[in-house]
Amino acid sequence: MPLVSIQNLTVSLPSGADRALATEGVSLDIGRKEIVCIVGESGSGKSITAHAIMGLLPRGVAATGGNIFFDGVDLLRQPADAMRRRRGRDIAMIFQDPMAALNPVLAIGKQVSEQIRAHQRVSETQALKQAARLLGEMGLGEISLKAYPHQLSGGQRQRVMIAMALSLSPRLLIADEPTTALDVTTQAQILKLIKHIQTMREMSVLLITHDFGVVADMADSVAVMRHGKIVESGATAQVLGNPSHAYTRALIAAVPRGASQLPPVSQIRPVIQVKNLTKRFRRGGLFSSTPTTTALDDVSLTLGRGETLGVVGESGSGKSTLARCIIRLLDPDAGEVRLEDVDIAHMRSAALRPLRRRIQMVFQDPFSSLNPRQTVGDSLIAGPRAHGEDVREARRRAADMLDLVGLSPQVLQRLPHEFSGGQRQRIGLARALMLRPEVLIADEPVSALDVTVQAQVLKLLDDVRRQMNLAMLFITHDMRVAAQICHRVVVMRHGRIVEQGSTRDIFAAPASDYTKALLAAIPGRQAL
Amino acid sequence: MGFTRRFLCRPTAMFGLAVFLFIVAIALGAPLLFSRGPFSIVGMPLLPPGASGLLAGSDVLGRDMAVGLAYGARISLLVGIASTVCAAGIGVLMGAVAGYYGGWVDDLLMRVTEFFQIIPSFVLLMVLVAFLQPSLASTVIGITLVTWPQVARVVRGEFLSLRAREFVQAARVLGMGDAAIIATQILPNALPPIVVISSMIVGNAILTESALSFLGLGDPNLLSWGSMIGGSRSAMWVAWWTTVLPGACIMITVLALNFIGDGLNDALNPRARR
Repeated sequence: MPLVSIQNLTVSLPSGADRALATEGVSLDIGRKEIVCIVGESGSGKSITAHAIMGLLPRGVAATGGNIFFDGVDLLRQPADAMRRRRGRDIAMIFQDPMAALNPVLAIGKQVSEQIRAHQRVSETQALKQAARLLGEMGLGEISLKAYPHQLSGGQRQRVMIAMALSLSPRLLIADEPTTALDVTTQAQILKLIKHIQTMREMSVLLITHDFGVVADMADSVAVMRHGKIVESGATAQVLGNPSHAYTRALIAAVPRGASQLPPVSQIRPVIQVKNLTKRFRRGGLFSSTPTTTALDDVSLTLGRGETLGVVGESGSGKSTLARCIIRLLDPDAGEVRLEDVDIAHMRSAALRPLRRRIQMVFQDPFSSLNPRQTVGDSLIAGPRAHGEDVREARRRAADMLDLVGLSPQVLQRLPHEFSGGQRQRIGLARALMLRPEVLIADEPVSALDVTVQAQVLKLLDDVRRQMNLAMLFITHDMRVAAQICHRVVVMRHGRIVEQGSTRDIFAAPASDYTKALLAAIPGRQAL
Repeated sequence: MGFTRRFLCRPTAMFGLAVFLFIVAIALGAPLLFSRGPFSIVGMPLLPPGASGLLAGSDVLGRDMAVGLAYGARISLLVGIASTVCAAGIGVLMGAVAGYYGGWVDDLLMRVTEFFQIIPSFVLLMVLVAFLQPSLASTVIGITLVTWPQVARVVRGEFLSLRAREFVQAARVLGMGDAAIIATQILPNALPPIVVISSMIVGNAILTESALSFLGLGDPNLLSWGSMIGGSRSAMWVAWWTTVLPGACIMITVLALNFIGDGLNDALNPRARR
């Protein structure tokens, strides 16, 4: 008998939602000592399924049909009180954002020991001892029990969360996108840790993810969800090697391979030359001493027409600061940014404004990069208007531009909230292209998008780059994405360039240890 | 669905607007509705409502309360609206500049704002009005001076958070100037709290004017709801209508304005648009 057996689970959404049922007839078994992955895009119902097992569905959302048997007991028919006792003891859960799940004003030792004392009658000292042992097991032996969450890195916080989840030795651990907010090397460590404790403690794990790479590395069996239904499930090797459903095939095909590798542009005609760029951030106010962090340290690079230069690195590597210094959203402290023959690094804003149309930017967050109160049309013509273009002419071009990015010109009158994330990124791209720029800076333009949408937007960016002979600076934390779209790659760490070269060379024969570590951490590298 | 339709769909907003327009109509139409002025004596003092054909009775000096309430609405509304417009204007300007530019500009403007905030506002107001001689203008100036810091604080907070949003950065990248970014990108998104706080300030200003008039610091040549309450306070226990009726007028007006503010807030929210 499997540990968990979900049979025909149907969860209804409140009226007014975009569909009536969050999940429809979902059946899934989680065997003992097994890692099961549910994989799907946003809105597929994968998180709802996990929350239904925990008995923690959001208000207004209810399981209306089916059964969830946990060791023979139907969880859906348990009184709330019994479910409360099961949570933590039988089933534990970890979440995507450990900072939001930890109490910021309590030391981590206290938080873990409180979790223990909520279910077991032990003294505070004993609970603290147990907490210390658990945290040690999570590889946090050197961290003080008195440390506060803000003093830890994202990966360390997630380890604390796992320690809390494991404190009562649950038989099932549900991990809802546990590594989505983490850097790739940290992600690899956390996944390894989850696999390790699963084997050591002989637990079952239900892992929710959107990443087939993670599935390939972790899962014994996998279920693919779409629109609230399981479209395919089975042993991982079988589903990945021989997917039977068209949607599974599309999802697997959309995973960036880290292997397409465009050849470098034969002759680089530089349009941007960055020389010895340095940026420090000062902290503290008027009367405090002002320690500084160096976000960019002596960075030099060249960007040529018609090529895509990738800047890769983990969070805090300075890649976004570099982009913002080049486009002068930040003022660099030292160094040059040459746009052909003009140095714009220290130019005054009035002199810079006419030059701004030559460098444009696509932003990361599709939900905050468009003005929520401005129609698409007004957003698109704002740039041309600022540069004195005739409004009627700009409106006509806006319609053409929407066509170019794959949207109907009829959407000009609509407001941003009516569009999906992928569509918004297209609008953001159109807004940037309205100024006919020579340089396009794309700051993590696809990292907030689902994998199939991501593939479409990447293809669009590449097409546009080709058509308009753009020089594109592509900032990303995802090596796989960089491999797919970039001719050359710059690897950054702690504000410095670790390595640069053609994408092909860097992926085939990385010179620095750091690049090697980044490449090794790519999930599912061997399997996919 | 248009903005007006969305606003009018809300029963409380609709009610608030109807009541407010009714009060405005009475205030504007006072000279047409009543042949006598608010200060003329019509009969015995302290007649209850309904007696001798007086709709709202008479006050301690035998003046028609109904006429007083209608004329008082003019002053109360004028003070409320004029000081709100002034306070919102100054507050938005200061808050926008402080929040958008940040740094030393922000520090300087916020210290000025705090200077006004740390002084007990009603004491400051009384000193100001007494210093400038009690008049309609000095009341409006005084209320403006003690109210604009609230607006500035709210607007600054909104600007601080909005200017970090990517669409504002995008506007800078597009080459838009600071004034255009403030006016077309940030301000429309900061409007809901400004509108709501303004509707509350109108109510507050009416109350403050009443308090000043009650203390005898209002314009002695004009009758307002506050001065009616102030003048009748000795008769409060023998003739309830002399204080309760102007008090009820103040309460209903403030309530109507709050309903309007709530309705505007909801109607201005782009997510509600279908």
